[in-house]
Amino acid sequence: MASIDLKGVRKVYPGNVTAIHSVDLSIEDGELVVLVGPSGCGKSTLLRMIAGLETITDGTISIGADVVNNKEPAERDIAMVFQNYALYPHMSVRQNLEYGLKNRGTPREEIDRRVAEAARVLEIAPFLDRKPRQLSGGQRQRVAMGRAIVRQPKAFLFDEPLSNLDAKLRGQMRIEIRRLQRSLKTTSVYVTHDQLEAMTLADRLVVMNGGRIEQVGKPIELYDRPASLFVAGFIGSPPMNLLPVETLAAVAGATMPTLTPGADIVGIRPDQVVLGGGDGIALSGTVELIEPVGGESHLYVRVEGIEQALILVQQGRANVGEAERIDFVLPIQALHGFNRESGRRVE
Amino acid sequence: MDTKRTVFPSQGLPYLLVAPQLIITLIFFIWPAGQAVKSSFEREDPFGLSTSFVGLMHYGRLFQDPAYLASMGRTALFALAVTVISMGLALVLATAVNRLIRSGTAYSTLLLWPYAVSPVVAGILWWFIFNSTTGILPYVLEFFGVDWNHQLNGGQAMILIIIAASWKQISYNFLFFLAGLQSVPQSLNEAAAIDGAGPFKRFWTIVFPLLSPTTFFLMIVNLNYTMFDTFGVIDATTAGGPNQATNTLVYKVYSDGYIGLNLGSSSAQSVILMLFVIVLTVIQFRYVERRVQY
Repeated sequence: MASIDLKGVRKVYPGNVTAIHSVDLSIEDGELVVLVGPSGCGKSTLLRMIAGLETITDGTISIGADVVNNKEPAERDIAMVFQNYALYPHMSVRQNLEYGLKNRGTPREEIDRRVAEAARVLEIAPFLDRKPRQLSGGQRQRVAMGRAIVRQPKAFLFDEPLSNLDAKLRGQMRIEIRRLQRSLKTTSVYVTHDQLEAMTLADRLVVMNGGRIEQVGKPIELYDRPASLFVAGFIGSPPMNLLPVETLAAVAGATMPTLTPGADIVGIRPDQVVLGGGDGIALSGTVELIEPVGGESHLYVRVEGIEQALILVQQGRANVGEAERIDFVLPIQALHGFNRESGRRVE
Repeated sequence: MDTKRTVFPSQGLPYLLVAPQLIITLIFFIWPAGQAVKSSFEREDPFGLSTSFVGLMHYGRLFQDPAYLASMGRTALFALAVTVISMGLALVLATAVNRLIRSGTAYSTLLLWPYAVSPVVAGILWWFIFNSTTGILPYVLEFFGVDWNHQLNGGQAMILIIIAASWKQISYNFLFFLAGLQSVPQSLNEAAAIDGAGPFKRFWTIVFPLLSPTTFFLMIVNLNYTMFDTFGVIDATTAGGPNQATNTLVYKVYSDGYIGLNLGSSSAQSVILMLFVIVLTVIQFRYVERRVQY
């Protein structure tokens, strides 16, 4: 178990393509940090650099007290769970679990003990003598996890491990990974493009975009106080409504408050919009579409003078119909101000 | 897997469509093979005027003929050597090319050229290189104290045809090994690297086992190649000599039948070779497609 420190880490591919622009990040011992972002944002590259599968152009990566820049993946004492599981197809599940231990010269009794323990924890004992192709997707996923935990490494690295599973299994495995990580207290870095997975798993969330870190923090902090337009749009489902101030001012009229100087885009979470009347910016519009999700309903409302439709969340069933007109209020304290040019939050 | 069944408008049409293939197979393969089987049971007089049925006499004699048994041993040695050398080198080359990212195609193209060279030309090429009076290699070998003359030395003649036949076959094996290597997912290699296996260990414990279907397939194909398709190479370099030292089974069929004019024995030999092919092909179909998988 160890902390992981990234200092000024950069990755430049041949042809001068910069995949990672100077990333600083410190991951504490026992913490589960999720790297999240759209595809091509550099999150997988960063993970692979920690694993030692990609070279580091600049900066240092240390695991525990050691700088690992020039160490082979095997010497870094980490375990990785791959997106396609990367189970050795010609070996039985047991051999898959033993492979890493045997390579390190672990004594036979110790190997047997650890494999038995991992099989018990992950409930894969009945399949130990099967080949990976005889297992279902969820079982393969467990074996891949097992291969990581038998090693008792300093850190686990997860590269989108759940993206090949169906939605139901993904939900189950997500909970299991969380539970397992809590009980083992092994430092973990988890890469995903799924913001829901990221929110639910992370101790701390790292939102990446274009090879840079946009924001680091607890999931709820990021949700409540997104530091940039990108984070505001990426975290949360349905996404935050982002409106240009001048358009909003033109539509809102007298109810438009004075905003902090520099803020030319305001954002509001769909669940913060209040239907009916109250304090704040009063708007009215036509309901274009209603998405009943079950526990709540998503209303897409067209306001004259505003280009994009606003998304509103109403708890329970919608009490309006499509094509009906509704009045609603954007409470002042729920507004987030952003600067268009810098893309950053304005307080 | 469900295959799509085509419905034909008339019953005769499908037969008509496969007819050209069937006719070619019947005229050029099945009928000559049948003739060979028939004449292997017959004895013909020197003028070709009469034939008499002699049963299994030719077969019986072959298996008592020390020259034939020796040829069998030589063929086994030749086949094994060519298979091991050409597959071994091809695997080394394919592994090397597989590590290249950009220049891989250029190397692959260059490595494919020997396959396009006809067996006779390949044979002559190596015959020139190893020619005891004008060749470059005997000249070099002389400095190492080796007196190279494959026209007199049977062992050297065997080495010559092994080199010539292997050289031509490396391209084919290389191509299959490269395709096989490229189908091994990169993530397996990475997982093994994280699991603490060095490059050699990764190759032998992960990559090589996953290549086993390719390896097995190539083994059968190479054995077939050395036993049958090397006639041109042998004819152009050593013509079976010196003193029968490179007279393999397939070359013996030719030399006994066309030069020795013993048609009955030659037919019996080709029938035996035919059985070899059939056995190898059956093994290939049964095991390559079912057993060898992971």
